[in-house]
Amino acid sequence: MTADLALIWPELILTIGGLITLMLGTFLGDRQVGIYQLSALLTLAAAAAAVVALFGVDATVFSGTLSVDGFGGFAKLLIYAASFICILIAPRFFTGGMRAEYPTLILFAALGMGIMASSRDLMTLYVGLELNSLAAYVLASFMRTDERSTEAGLKYFVLGALASGMLLYGISLLYGFTGTTDFSGIAARMGGEMNIGLIFGIVFVLAGLGFKISAVPFHMWTPDVYEGAPTPVTTFFASAPKVAAMALMTRVVIDAMGPAIGAWQQIIIFLALASIILGAVGAIGQKNIKRLLAYSSINNVGFMLIGLAAGTQAGVEGVLTYLLVYVVTTIGAFLVVLQLRDADGNYIESIPALAGLSQRRPGLAAAMAVFLFSLAGIPPLFGFWPKYLVFEAAVNANLLPLAIAGIVASVIGAFYYIAIIKTMYFDDNSDTEIPAGGGAIVEDAVITASALWLSVIGYLFIPMLAVVSASAAAVLF
Amino acid sequence: MSGFPILSLMLAIPAVAAIACLFAGDKMARWVAFGATLVTFVLGCVMWAQFDIGGPQWQFTERADLFGRFSWALGIDGMALMLIMLSVFLMPLCILASWDAIKSRVGLYMAMFLVMETIMIGVFCAQDLLLFYIFFEAGLIPMYFIIGIWGGANRKYAAYKFFLYTLLGSVLMLIAMIAMIAEAGTTDIPTLLNYDFPVEMQTWLWLAFFASLAVKMPMWPVHTWLPDAHVQAPTAGSMILAGVLLKLGAYGFIRFMMPMFPDASAQLMWIVFGLSMVAVVYTSLVALVQSDMKKLIAYSSVAHMAIVTAGLFAFNQQGIEGALIIMLSHGVVSAALFFCVGVIYDRLHTREIDRYGGLAVNMPAYAIFFMLFTMASIGLPGTSGFVGEFLSLAGIYEASSWVAFVCTTGIILGAAYMLYLYRRVVFGELTKDDVKAMPDLNPREWAVLAPLAAVALWMGVYPESFLAPMRGDVTTVVARLAPAKPAGDAHLAAGKPQPAKAQGEAAHGSSHAGGVQ
Repeated sequence: MTADLALIWPELILTIGGLITLMLGTFLGDRQVGIYQLSALLTLAAAAAAVVALFGVDATVFSGTLSVDGFGGFAKLLIYAASFICILIAPRFFTGGMRAEYPTLILFAALGMGIMASSRDLMTLYVGLELNSLAAYVLASFMRTDERSTEAGLKYFVLGALASGMLLYGISLLYGFTGTTDFSGIAARMGGEMNIGLIFGIVFVLAGLGFKISAVPFHMWTPDVYEGAPTPVTTFFASAPKVAAMALMTRVVIDAMGPAIGAWQQIIIFLALASIILGAVGAIGQKNIKRLLAYSSINNVGFMLIGLAAGTQAGVEGVLTYLLVYVVTTIGAFLVVLQLRDADGNYIESIPALAGLSQRRPGLAAAMAVFLFSLAGIPPLFGFWPKYLVFEAAVNANLLPLAIAGIVASVIGAFYYIAIIKTMYFDDNSDTEIPAGGGAIVEDAVITASALWLSVIGYLFIPMLAVVSASAAAVLF
Repeated sequence: MSGFPILSLMLAIPAVAAIACLFAGDKMARWVAFGATLVTFVLGCVMWAQFDIGGPQWQFTERADLFGRFSWALGIDGMALMLIMLSVFLMPLCILASWDAIKSRVGLYMAMFLVMETIMIGVFCAQDLLLFYIFFEAGLIPMYFIIGIWGGANRKYAAYKFFLYTLLGSVLMLIAMIAMIAEAGTTDIPTLLNYDFPVEMQTWLWLAFFASLAVKMPMWPVHTWLPDAHVQAPTAGSMILAGVLLKLGAYGFIRFMMPMFPDASAQLMWIVFGLSMVAVVYTSLVALVQSDMKKLIAYSSVAHMAIVTAGLFAFNQQGIEGALIIMLSHGVVSAALFFCVGVIYDRLHTREIDRYGGLAVNMPAYAIFFMLFTMASIGLPGTSGFVGEFLSLAGIYEASSWVAFVCTTGIILGAAYMLYLYRRVVFGELTKDDVKAMPDLNPREWAVLAPLAAVALWMGVYPESFLAPMRGDVTTVVARLAPAKPAGDAHLAAGKPQPAKAQGEAAHGSSHAGGVQ
C-alpha cells in the first residue's frame, strides 16, 4: 500500500494542493488572487514534475485499478500544462469577479482527468470521470450572474448526467457479462465468443465516452456550452478534458476491448466520419467564434478517432501526437479570442466584427491565421503532421475507404477555416474597434510561442515527438 | 559538386527576406523583395553554370535527417534546374510589375511573393516525397492571400475557389503517397523512381495522383478555377500563377506519375489524350469569344497545357522534350502576356477588350512587345512557342496521328484568338479619348518586358541551351517507360523512318536515336 502511494505522487500533490488552495481562498478571501493562483500553479507544476520523475515506471497500483505508465504520463503532462495556462489567463478575464473556487475546481478537475487517463478498471474510470465532470459543471456556470453561463452549466449538467447514465449502464453490462471490472479481465473475456450483452455493453460505454469527447452524434451540448461558458473555462474545456477523455477512450478501446476489434472498430469509424463531416458542415454559417471553435473541436476529434479506429500502435501514436498539437492550437486560438475586446473592454465573439482585423492588429490576425490553417491541416503548418500520422495509420491498417472519406471531408472543414481568414484579411474594416490590449504579456507570449511552434518550427520536433509518443503508445500493446 | 548548400541558400534567402518585408515600410519592402529575388536569380545562374550536363542525374544534393520520418533532402536534375531557373527569373520581374500597382499592405504583399518563391524552388528541388507534398500544398496559402487581398472585385470568390478546388485534388494524392511509402518503405524520391509498384496498385495510385495534378495543370474539365483565379488576381499574381504554378501539374506528371507508374500510365494514356484533345479544341473556342483579356489568356493557357500533357504521354523523346519546352516557353510568354494586360489595365483600369483599340498609334513600343509575345504564343518560328509545339506535336504524331491531328488544330485556333485579340486591342482606329491619353511604356515596364522578350527569342533561336540539361533526364524517363510503351499508329508508315530521324537530329544538333523508334 505504501509502495503504491509512492507511485501516485501526482495525484497526491493535486489533492493536497487543491485543498490548500481551497483553504487559502476561504481564509484569505477572494481578493488575494495572487496568492491562491500561485498556490494552484505551483501545485500543477509540482504534479507535472512528479509525472516526469515517474517517467519510465510501468506498474499498476491499488490492486490493479490504476496504472502508472508512459501513456498516462503523456496525457497527464498535457492535461496539467493546459490547466496551468487556463489558470494563468483567468484573472484578467474575471477582473474583480475572480474567486478562489476557479483554480480549486480546475485542480480537482485535473485530478479527475489524471485518474481517467491512468485508470485500468471500470470503477476508477467512472470515479475519475465524475470528479472531472462535477468540477466542469460548476466551472461552466462560473459567472453565476450571467444568463448564458448558467444556461451552459445547466445544459452541460443535464446532458452530462444522461451520458454518465449511459456509461454506467454500459459498465454494468460489461461487468455482468464478463464478471470483472478489470480491463485485462474484460479483454480476456472479449477474446472469446461475443454475445449480445457484451456488444450492448461496448455500445453504451462508447456512447458515454463519445459524449465526453463530443463526437457526433453525442456532440449537441458542445456548441452551447462552449459559447455560454466564460472564455477561460471554454479554453479549458476545449483542451484538457479532451485529452483526458481521448486518452481514456483509447485505453478502454485498446486495453479492455482490444480483442473485440470487430465490434468496436465500426462504431469508432462511424463516430469519426460523422464527427468530421458534421463538425465541418455545422461550422459553416456560425457567427460566433466560440461556437465555431466548438465545431472545430468536434471536427478534430473525428480525425483523432481515425487514428484510434486503426487500432494499431501507430494509430495510437498518431492520436497522442494529434492531442498535443491540437491542445497547443486550441489554446492559442482561444487566447486570441480572449484578446478581442472593444474599446469598452467588452469581449467580442461575433465573427463579422473581426472584419479587417489584419489591418488593426496584424500580429494577432497572423497568429489566428496560423492557428486556423493549422487546424485545417494545411502544410507547411504543423497541424498537417498529426493528420498525416492518423491517415497513415488508417491506410496501413487497411482502412483505405475511411482514410479517403476522411481526407475528402477535411476539405469541407478547410472551407470555414479559410472563411474566417477571409474575414480577417480580405474584408473591409468593421465598425468595431479592437484596440491593442495592454498588460497581457503572458497571453502574448503564449500566443507567440504556440504560433511559432505551429509554423514550420514544429517539424524539427518530430523525432522527439515520435520517440515520446511511441514509448507512450507501446504501453497499450 | 562542391558541398556548398546552394539550394538551401536559395530557399532561405526569400524566406528571410519575407520576414523582413513584414516589418518593413512600403518603400523598403519593395527594395528588400527586389534585392532578395535578384540575389536568388544570380544564385540560380551560378547553379546553371555549375550544372554538369551529362554528369550524374541528381546534382547539388543535400540531405539532413531533420524530421525523423522524412528528411530535408534536396537535389535537382536538368528538368528541375530549368523550372527553378524559370521561377527565379520571373520573380524579380513580378516584383517590378507590382512596384506601382500595389499600394496597400505592400509589406505583406512582398512577403507573400517571397514565400511563394521559396515554395516554388522547394517543390522543384525536394527529393523527399513528404517534403515535396509539404511544399506543393503550401503554395495554396500565399496564393490565397495574393488573390484574396489584392485581387479584383470578385476576388473572395476566386480565392475560395482556387483554394478548395486545388486542396480537394491534393488530398487524394496524399493518400496515394501514404500507400506508396508503406509499399516501398522509403520517402526518397530517387529510390521511388526505380521502384516497381505492383501493376494493379499502380492504377489506383495513378488515378489519385491524376486527380491532384489534373487540377493543378489544369486539365479540362477541372480547369474552371483558373479563369476565375486569373481574372481576379493582381497582374503579378497572374504572372506567377501562369508562369510557374501551372507547371507544377506537368512537373508532377513527368517526375512522379510517368516514371513511378509506367504501366498505369500506358494503360490510362487514353484518358490523358482524350481530355487533352477536348481541352485543346474546347478551351481554344472558349478563348475566341472572351471579352475579358485576362480570361482569354487564361483559357489559352489551358489549351497550351493540354498540348503539354499530350506531348508528355507520347512516351518518346521529342514529345517529352517538346512538352518541357512548351512549359518553359509558356511560363515566359504567358507571364509576359499577363504583364501586357497589366500595363494597359494600370492605365485604364479595365480589362474589357472593347474599351481599347488603336494602341499601335500612341503606344508603339508596347505594340511591338505585345506582338512579339502574341506570335510566341501562337508558335511562330523563331519564337519559343514554335520549338515546343513542333517538337511535342512531332512526338504526339508518332504515338497517335489522330491525337496529333486534333492537337494541331489548337495552333490554328490559337492563331485565331490571339490575332483577333491583338487586332481589337492594338489595331483599328484610335477613337476613344481616354485611350488616346495613355502614355507608352515607362522604363520600369521596359525593364520587365525586355528580359522576357529576350528569353522568348533565345529559346526560339537556340533552344539547345535549354534542351541540353534536360536531355539526359528525358532519356531516363523514356527508358523507364519503354517496356510499357504501346505501339504508336504512326509506325504504319514503316517505309520512311530515316528522313524523320535525320530531321530530328538536325533540329536538336545532337543524336538521341534511343528516343526515335
